[in-house]
Amino acid sequence: MKFVFEKRKSTSVPALILVPLISFAVSLVLTALLLAIFGADPFKTYAAMAVGAFGTSHGFAETLVKAIPLMMTGLGVAIAFRLKFWNIGAEGQLTLGGVAAAGVALFMERYFPGRSLLFAALFGGLLAGALWAGIPAILKTTLKVDETLVTLMMNYIAILYSEFLYYGPWRDPKGYGFPGSRMFSANAWLPRIMGRAHVGIWVGIALAIILWLVLKRTRWGFELQIIGASQKAARYQGIAVERNIILAVMLSGALCGLAGAFEITGISHRLQQGLSIGYGYTAIIVAWMSQLNPLAVPFVAIALAGLSVGGDQVQMVMGLPAAMGVVMQGLILFPMLAGSLFTEYRFLVVKPEPRAACPEPSQE
Amino acid sequence: MRKIVLGLIAILMLVSLVLPATAQAKKPLKVAFVYIGPPGDLGWTYEHERGRLAAQKYFGDKIETKYIENVPEGPDAERVIRQYAIQGYDVIFTTSFGYMDPTYAVAQEFPKVIFEHCSGYKTAPNMATYFGRIEEARYLTGIIAGRMTKSNKIGYVAAFPIPEVVRGINGFTLGVRSVNPNAKVQVVWTNTWYDPVKEREAAVALLDAGCDIIAQHQDTTEPQKAAQERGKLSIGYDSDMGKFVGDTVLASAVWNWETYYIATIQNILNGTWKTHEFWGGLKDNIAKLSDLSPRVPANVRKEVEDAQKKILSGWKIFSGPIKDQSGKVVYKAGEVVPDDKQLSMDWFVEGVVGKVQ
Repeated sequence: MKFVFEKRKSTSVPALILVPLISFAVSLVLTALLLAIFGADPFKTYAAMAVGAFGTSHGFAETLVKAIPLMMTGLGVAIAFRLKFWNIGAEGQLTLGGVAAAGVALFMERYFPGRSLLFAALFGGLLAGALWAGIPAILKTTLKVDETLVTLMMNYIAILYSEFLYYGPWRDPKGYGFPGSRMFSANAWLPRIMGRAHVGIWVGIALAIILWLVLKRTRWGFELQIIGASQKAARYQGIAVERNIILAVMLSGALCGLAGAFEITGISHRLQQGLSIGYGYTAIIVAWMSQLNPLAVPFVAIALAGLSVGGDQVQMVMGLPAAMGVVMQGLILFPMLAGSLFTEYRFLVVKPEPRAACPEPSQE
Repeated sequence: MRKIVLGLIAILMLVSLVLPATAQAKKPLKVAFVYIGPPGDLGWTYEHERGRLAAQKYFGDKIETKYIENVPEGPDAERVIRQYAIQGYDVIFTTSFGYMDPTYAVAQEFPKVIFEHCSGYKTAPNMATYFGRIEEARYLTGIIAGRMTKSNKIGYVAAFPIPEVVRGINGFTLGVRSVNPNAKVQVVWTNTWYDPVKEREAAVALLDAGCDIIAQHQDTTEPQKAAQERGKLSIGYDSDMGKFVGDTVLASAVWNWETYYIATIQNILNGTWKTHEFWGGLKDNIAKLSDLSPRVPANVRKEVEDAQKKILSGWKIFSGPIKDQSGKVVYKAGEVVPDDKQLSMDWFVEGVVGKVQ
């Protein structure tokens, strides 16, 4: 008897629904075991997490606060990944988007009076993200430089550059030396809808729908799909592969850059520590868990954000160490990602075929 | 029948009115602490946690305390602080400089909750600040380092270029130079409070540059351990690091939050709490010098004791003449650096190698 994973020809719909549910159940059981070892009541902990993330208006608002950047970067990463362009650079694109938005908000008030400052800052962030992502895209399409490495390394450049700015020339002279720029004028603040959650949530959801429509219903989306499936086939069809990859990756970077601009204009209102705290890396998990489907991204982003906000409760209510919250997040994610194997592959038990059917090697 | 039911309802209503009131009288004061690192850092957060535990022990069931660790400075902190306020905590201690703006923002929203922020400068009717002149203890450790360095190069692994840290470096250097005018204090910034790897690397770099004693201003014992591994000496900070690292830690400038936490919580329980800016020193027992390592010779101990007596009797470590790095006299003999200039200090005294970024 043999066990075989066979790639499914088309994604099975029952598997698509059942697998995440079963994975989630497995996660809960694993985590419950761990909690029990630490002497915490698993049910109480889960209840505290759920209430903390979704049960109160404050908790839900904070979940949205974290969901917005995850959604935007998740969408960005998903687009690039659809083309098999492994953009690990969402974190850097987000950071640079934040830097550009901060630069506009801090120093260009005189050119953009009133509310136009906010739009200029957001556009600045979007543009910076797009251009930053454009570099590895061009390197990849012209010189065949591996994009995984380039995008990853460019994260460090972007993050260190932002640190240089808020430790150095942009540091608030009235901040008693603490790193961070001064606060922007309120004209550059993104309106908030609930607690600290801002209108970025609507933008994120709208973009998810628009992207889905573009990918499914437009000629360009169709071209991208073919490039993702096989670049060779795309070339035979006369599709401008290089140009499309560059455009799509710049779009990916633009979304990440906008995420950074949202963080800066919506939450912190200044450039400071806490902008690059890993949204761009979690975005990769968001994209994979969404199966690279833009419509699924908002849901996954909210779920992951809830997990992180609810994770605080593990400390605040249950009194467990901070590391426990992170371990729980890992334990919940791991089976979910492992489970995706079953949506793409079919698990088969192959019985050995009767011996007679095997042609005997001819003996001479 | 109806009368009985109505009567019962009336009684129930009365009881329900009275019950919460009596329950409230017995309800413990809920106190939360927000920490930048884990209490296991053996440094800054470790000392705050000791203060919390001491207060919990002192007040018993009159208070209920909780803490959250590893809360990054920045947008995440505001969520955590607000969460405690929503959960009905009466007092929230936030124990890192970068929590100042988040604490202030949440304090505006919850005027009935008392906020105590450690090491900042923003206050509100319901938000106080507290901190200590640890540089007085650092001055004493500086005397030891100045006497015991052989290379005349002392390394200082510094956290952020903010006045708190600059004051510490200056106080330490003034102590060093009071006994050894040839010694230099070399500063490296890590821009971290809690990053064991980075702090160790900075210490190693200073050791490579020829420093034979390492002092530090972060929350971990890594610089002290790095020095020990090279057979070099060190000066501890935050906690009595000699206990964790060994006698190569000659002495530590130590925080003692216990007294302050107990006094503050007592004021809150008494209803006499008012917003304030507490900035105590050696004489208030909030900053102190640890026991000295057996490696410190008797004559140096004597010098340290004398200096300590001087400080306790009211002498200020930031008394002129004080020169800046260029050798220019900034404060003349007889002058003392005023508190507001200390709180915004952004220049180094003579003898420091490095610059305030």
